[in-house]
Amino acid sequence: MNRREFVLSSARTAATVSLLGLGLSLYSRQASSLPAWALRPPGALPEADFHGACIRCGLCVRACPFDMLHLARLGQNIPTGTPYFIAREAGCEMCEDIPCVAACPSNALDHGLTDINDADMGLAIVSDQEACIAFQGLRCEVCFNICPIRGDAIRLEYRHSERPGQRALFIPVVHAEHCTGCGKCEEACILEEAAIRVLPRHLIQGKLAQHERLNSDGGL
Amino acid sequence: MADRGRLSTDPRKPWLKRHRWLLLRRFNQLGVLFMFLLGPLFGAWLVTGNLSSSMTLNILPLTDPLLLTQSMLSGSWPATTGFIGAGLVLLFYALLGGRVFCAWVCPVNLVTDLAAWLRRRLGIRGSARLSRNLRWWLLGLVLLLPVLTGTMVWEYVNPVSMLHRGLIFGIGWAWLILAAVFLYDLLIVSRGWCGHLCPVGACYAAIGVAAPVHIAAPRRDQCDDCLDCFKVCPEPQVIKPALKGRTLRSDGRQDPVIDSIDCTKCGRCIEVCDRDVFGLRLGWRGNR
Repeated sequence: MNRREFVLSSARTAATVSLLGLGLSLYSRQASSLPAWALRPPGALPEADFHGACIRCGLCVRACPFDMLHLARLGQNIPTGTPYFIAREAGCEMCEDIPCVAACPSNALDHGLTDINDADMGLAIVSDQEACIAFQGLRCEVCFNICPIRGDAIRLEYRHSERPGQRALFIPVVHAEHCTGCGKCEEACILEEAAIRVLPRHLIQGKLAQHERLNSDGGL
Repeated sequence: MADRGRLSTDPRKPWLKRHRWLLLRRFNQLGVLFMFLLGPLFGAWLVTGNLSSSMTLNILPLTDPLLLTQSMLSGSWPATTGFIGAGLVLLFYALLGGRVFCAWVCPVNLVTDLAAWLRRRLGIRGSARLSRNLRWWLLGLVLLLPVLTGTMVWEYVNPVSMLHRGLIFGIGWAWLILAAVFLYDLLIVSRGWCGHLCPVGACYAAIGVAAPVHIAAPRRDQCDDCLDCFKVCPEPQVIKPALKGRTLRSDGRQDPVIDSIDCTKCGRCIEVCDRDVFGLRLGWRGNR
């Protein structure tokens, strides 16, 4: 093989491999998108970093004493091999020693998370006020009672009822700074389809622009 | 030479002796798999995780070094157990020869060996020409993509982890990828996956570059050119320099050692040879 042939064949291989790389990268953009109904275990890095860090070993799944984590299979709409849970099926029990994080060899579940109450798996939202029976004056309070950060992440707020003969409504209100997104509320909701759900925080949380400040009287 | 790629079997050599390495290897492959399956199937959690990273008896972490490297190249810093696990795996295969993983542990080997066996049985001779160096290009790609995209791109298609994880955690549609590898090996390129493309194997080959365990052909003068060893070898190009090469060692004698890092040390050449040409050879490079 002379030099010209060598350069040509190398260029051919490089071009083929580059095209393959382009195809794989484009596919991975699709394959990396996590649907809103699948939640990551506690301590998971932000989604964009998670896909690079997680080595898909499933040690977190095995470490979970409640067996509520799963590894995604090829064909599911969840990045293949990565851990997730579905709040409606089984929420995170928020173990104090966070065994799933301790088991992670890659730090895709950040070992810097030492207090489970600082976890951010998502944020609960009362997504259907028409279906939630608390808004109809019934005292359900199941989500309030099951919440592991009881009285902080979900509070019952008193509202006067407009209906004749009904004195008060006890409305579940989620407080974002305390909610860890464990999903126990969604799991426990007594309706056929949950009226309270846990979603990735960025999908539901509002935020003031930095130059806007609330005045003491509450106006902008 | 036997017809259509079949092996020339000397009736005086018992079947067990002709297959002892193969049986040992299958025992090891299935044994490793069985250890991982003890938990999910019988609730005996001796080993958890999968080949990407595992924990044995709550004390021994093992991590695939290529995966951990990709994880780091994407910009993340692994936990201590990850580093220890990868270090142990590196040490093990640096001593034993990297591609021992391919022949003795990797579950995809069961699939590609089946394809190779069927190829021989069915007399499928044709094979598209493909450079065996492609795997090094792919290894480069596998390492480059996490840097460029921040995502472990290879893990979305890697048949090795797809199969092993699939068997333990549920396979989904990943069996299609394995079916593709099987058909590709059977019909398109002989030993096409493990011997030409797999970047995982290439990485392990590099890890074992200085390993002191080799297959050698010390009785090469007894060779009767039946070509059986070439037919069963997953990397037949590695045999020729040791068996027929004229390279001399520094002391002026012929060097019959298979030196290539591509050799998987499967031992098939040792057992199929009716003339007992091959054997194991231990020793560091330079003083064997």
